Order: sequence, then structure tokens, then C-alpha cells
Amino acid sequence: MKKPVVLILGAKSDIALAVAHFFAKKGYDLQLAARSCSNLEPNKSDLELRYKICVTLHEFECLDIISHERFADNLPMLPSIVVCAVGYMGDQSINEKKNELAVNVFRSNFEGPASIIGIFANRFEHRGSGVLVGISSVAGERGRASNYIYGSAKAGLSAYLSGLRNRLGNKGVHVVTVLPGFVETKMTQDLKLIPKLTAQPEDVARYIYKAVKKKRDVVYVKGIWLFIMLVIRNIPEKVFKKIYI
Amino acid sequence: MNLSGWGRYPILDAQVKNPRSEQEIFDFLAKGNAIARGNGRSYGDSSLSESNTISMKYFDRILSFNRETGQLVVEAGVILSDLIETFLPSGWFPYVTPGTKYVTVGGMIAADVHGKNHHKDGSFGRYVEWIDIVVASGEVKRCSRTENSELFEWTIGGMGLTGIILRAAIRFRPIKSAWIVQKTIAAQNIKQAIEIFEKSKDYTYSVAWIDCLKKGSGLGRSLVMLGEHASTEELPPNFVKRPLFSPLKRKVSVPFEFPNWVLNKFSVRFFNAIYFWYRKHQSKNQIVDWDSYFYPLDKLINWNKIYGTKGFAQYQSVVPLTQAESGLCELLETISNSGSGSFLSVLKRFGPQDSRFSFPMEGYTLALDFPISNRNLNLMTELDKITMKHGGRFYLAKDARLSKQDFLKSEKRAIDFIKYRKSGVAADVYNSAQSERLGL
Repeated sequence: MKKPVVLILGAKSDIALAVAHFFAKKGYDLQLAARSCSNLEPNKSDLELRYKICVTLHEFECLDIISHERFADNLPMLPSIVVCAVGYMGDQSINEKKNELAVNVFRSNFEGPASIIGIFANRFEHRGSGVLVGISSVAGERGRASNYIYGSAKAGLSAYLSGLRNRLGNKGVHVVTVLPGFVETKMTQDLKLIPKLTAQPEDVARYIYKAVKKKRDVVYVKGIWLFIMLVIRNIPEKVFKKIYI
Repeated sequence: MNLSGWGRYPILDAQVKNPRSEQEIFDFLAKGNAIARGNGRSYGDSSLSESNTISMKYFDRILSFNRETGQLVVEAGVILSDLIETFLPSGWFPYVTPGTKYVTVGGMIAADVHGKNHHKDGSFGRYVEWIDIVVASGEVKRCSRTENSELFEWTIGGMGLTGIILRAAIRFRPIKSAWIVQKTIAAQNIKQAIEIFEKSKDYTYSVAWIDCLKKGSGLGRSLVMLGEHASTEELPPNFVKRPLFSPLKRKVSVPFEFPNWVLNKFSVRFFNAIYFWYRKHQSKNQIVDWDSYFYPLDKLINWNKIYGTKGFAQYQSVVPLTQAESGLCELLETISNSGSGSFLSVLKRFGPQDSRFSFPMEGYTLALDFPISNRNLNLMTELDKITMKHGGRFYLAKDARLSKQDFLKSEKRAIDFIKYRKSGVAADVYNSAQSERLGL
């Protein structure tokens, strides 16, 4: 029997690579898509040797919206699962002063991911099957002074995924929204993270795999973030604006 | 962050960098005093630099495997257990493996690790075909026995002090089964143990567990364990049809640091007596799976915590063949008289060494571990003197406390290594807490 295929968008990130390892270990073939994807050659051989699966590499530029349909057309086959790990945080304090940098964050976390996920959503709907996984963030749950540019874009992505799930609910297509809290990755390497609240990329991968298998809709990594965000979301705006978090 | 080797002594507040690309490594080198760190399984301070420890954890990819020759090309941070898990099912195993599988390939090259088969197969370096290494100038150089051979020879066993190993081509051995046939022979004292080793040189694997609290005529009472890769016919019936299948084992985690008093001469003596009696009365030929045979301690995750909060020091030295009996007797007498029980004591026969700075030499090596205390630190200094008196030397991958003076006195090869490091300016760029302590 042919192995099911997972497409991972933004495949160079630590979370994406952890997802690649997790699914490969479970026997899935992989399509890894990223900018300058030839840099992923060592990862391709590593994954193929370790797990005896097939990996193909695909050039993908998330900000080049016009290329997205063609990108999907050119894949060797329509995957069973798409995991979108594209994202970019930048530095809030700089981004809030430089509009073009802020726009880049909006586009990298919302416009680009939503566009490409939308394209696969239509194809999956047509086929009548498939799973779409969008990696959003708890930062999208409420705009905070220290991170609202990134957060607002992730909020957009979360809303988009929720709408898509609603639309495709009885079309055989499942949509998973993943909301990681702190994850120890390249993106967060300069931040001071609280160890108890911080997940490893491998944890995110495990949660994603489980969410796909069990058809979960929204998953927090780690679970404690559900409660933290419940509190943060419910602080009255009058109080919230007086505290800086 | 607080960082230490596997012995949890010393603990340093070290700056750790986690590069993901070669370019990031080059950038971090500019700060100087850099040392590469793999999985932190050397015991002392070999992989520590207070200002610039460079973790290779993101360089952990397997790049190619040749199914005809067993040649593997891997990045330096690949962990041996991953290689075994990947290639054992198709019949490949490392030629040389240390006592834990949680070591990186870069670390195994840097320490030029040995296994239970040194007398027959040499150390890990023998199966390294080439190395790509970032030298002090920031260039990546490929070195092998024929290309940049001097760099190659100093890098094997060079404790990371010639540069940062990026990639290497190593060879694995073809095996027919995942099992080892083990034969255990009891020796009443050290003299008998040596005799058994000398008679058993044809065995691929040999190692002795030694009771270092026994005195007098029982000094050096030990169990010599000999091993061979099992052929399919020798396997347990359930495994004959799938000789390369490894039964899954439960791993146990040490949940907390044991109080410092748990390991004392009484508890160790008690354990030793039971163990010796038990193994002596077991059937002589046993068939053991690879994991239990090569890596018994890996089953206990964090076993280093049983030594308590102060950590422990491994002590491993080698004495040359001609001095073996007298040297080992003196070492063991000193230990048993001190009453400091070493919980794990291992004796091993080495063959000759072919590289420039590696630890092994033809002779006998004794590996011990002691919980850190002033008394034990003094005892180890005493053991240093005895080793040196008998023309022996010390294993740097285990060392955390040897003095510069004793090191330079015991290690005639150090002068050439220091000279080499100075000529290639490696001395300015690459340093570990250990190299600074030892004056390398």
C-alpha cells in the first residue's frame, strides 16, 4: 500500500522539522516545502535513512501569493495532510516603529499562510478528504503590548482556520488549529522562557500528530496554556490596559 | 547556565551557544575559548568552556550510508543510539562502542573512545575515514589518513582542541544477530584475573568487574566477562527467525538525587558480595541482547544521580603491560585500605595504540568512580602518583581533577600537542576548562 503523504510548509523551522520526524517515524512520506529548499538536502537524507520513507523537497515562497496555485499544481501528488508551520515573529519594539516590518509580520503569519491553506482547502474539499493543520499561537488570543503585531496576525490566522473548519465540517476535511505557548526554538532563542511553561518542538509535533489522529479542533501546547489564556482573555480591558504584559 | 559533565562535578556557569548552521559556528568562534559539546557524556570538564561552549545538538543528521561497505557519513552531533536504532535492524553495529550509547559521534572521535574489544579492534578512531573540521582560522578542512593527516591524527583523541568536528565518515561492522554470547569466569584475585585476560585474547570482547574493597589474598577479586557476537544458531528459540530484532526494554529513571551517604563502604561491600556470588553461580554461557550487554547502565536514566548532590569523579588510568600486576596491586591496595568504595569498578586489557594523543596503551586499565569528597579527592591524587610511578597515563574524557603538574609529567606526548596547537593557533581559539586546568 502506498504511504500517506504529509506536506510541511515552512519546513526549515524547528517545529516543522520535529513534525517531519514524528510523521516519518509513523511511516508517512513527506513533502518538505521551504524557501531555498536545497538547504534541506541533509534533512532529506537523514529522514530517509532513519525511517525508510520518501522525502521530496519543494521550493516555496509564502509571501509570493501569486505562486501558490502553481506550487500546489507542481507537487508530485496532492498530500493527505498539510501542516503549515510558516511564521515569523521579529522584534515588537522595532516593528511597531517601522511600518514595513510590521506589514511583513502580518503577511508572514496571516496572509501567506491563509492563502496557501485556502488553496489546499479547496482541493481537499473537491477530493472529499484531507487534514489541514495551521500552527497559530496563543499570542493571537489577546493583543498584548509586548507582542501585538505578531499576535494580531496570528489572531487572523486562528479566525481563518476556525471559519474554514466550520465551512468544511461536513465535507470530509478536518482543520486543526495548533496554539503553542512558549516553544524552545530558534525564534525564541533570545527570549527568557519559563521552563515549566516551555515546550520542546518535539512536544508540538506529538500534539499535532495526536490532534490529526483524534480529529481535535483546537489544541494548546502545553495544556496549561488553555488556563493561562482563559485568564488573560477575561481580564477586563479597563484593567488590561493598565498592565504591561 | 549551570553546566557540567556526566559526573556533575565540576559545575560551571557557562555560556552555551546552539548554532544551527556552519556560519553561526564561525561567528561564535570569534569570541575565542570555544569548545564543542556533544551530549555532555564526558565525565569532567572536557566539554565545558565558561565563556563559549558550543553545543552541536542541531548538527545531528545522518547524511549517507553505504550498504556494501558499512560506511556512514554523519554530522558530529548524531547520537550513537540513533545510529544503532537505524542500522542494527539491517545488520550493522559500531566497531567500537563505549559503555553508553548516548554519546555523539563528535565526542567519540574527540575522546577516541574504546570498548571491551580494544585488545582486538583498537579504539573508535580506527574506524574513522575522514573528518570535516572547523579549524582556528574558521576554514572547514577535510582531513584523513592521506589528506591533512597531521590534523587528522591530532583530532582523534584531541579532546576537541584542534577544532570543531562538523561531519565524519565512519565504518560500522556487519553482524549476524543482535545478541552476544557471554561467558563469565570468576577470578579470586588480580593475578588470576590478568591470567584469564591473557589467555582470552582471542575473544572479541573482554572486561572484568572488580571488587575493589577486597583485601589480602582476595585483592582484586573479579568476574571476567568474555563475549562474542552470536551466530543465528545460538539464539534463543523465539529469535532464530528474526536475529536482528531487539526486545524492547523498560527504562527506569532515577527520580531524585540520592542522599550523599547512600553509597558507602558498607553498602558497596554488601552489593559486591551479593553480585559476585550471584554471577559466579549463574550458568557460564549466557546469551545476552546487545543493549544489556554493551549498555547496562543506560537502562537507568540519570544514573549519575545516585552519587548524590556533590557529584562524582570517574577515575581511569592505564598501566603498561610490564607493570600491570604490580601497578594494579598497588592501586587496589590503596583503594581497599582507604575504604572508599567505588561502586562501579572495571578492569580491561588494552592493545597497542596507533594514534598520537589517545589514551589507550598496551596494558591494563582500571576505571573507578568515587563520590566527590575531600577524602576521595585525596585518594585519587594518591592513585595518580601510583599510576605515574608505573609509567601509566590518564583518560581525559573521565578526568575532572588531575593537576597540571602530574598531567604533564605523565603525558610525554603533551609537549608535541601543545606545540601543534600553538602552530595552528588552535590554542587561542579552542580551549576547554580541562585544557586550561591541564595546561594543554
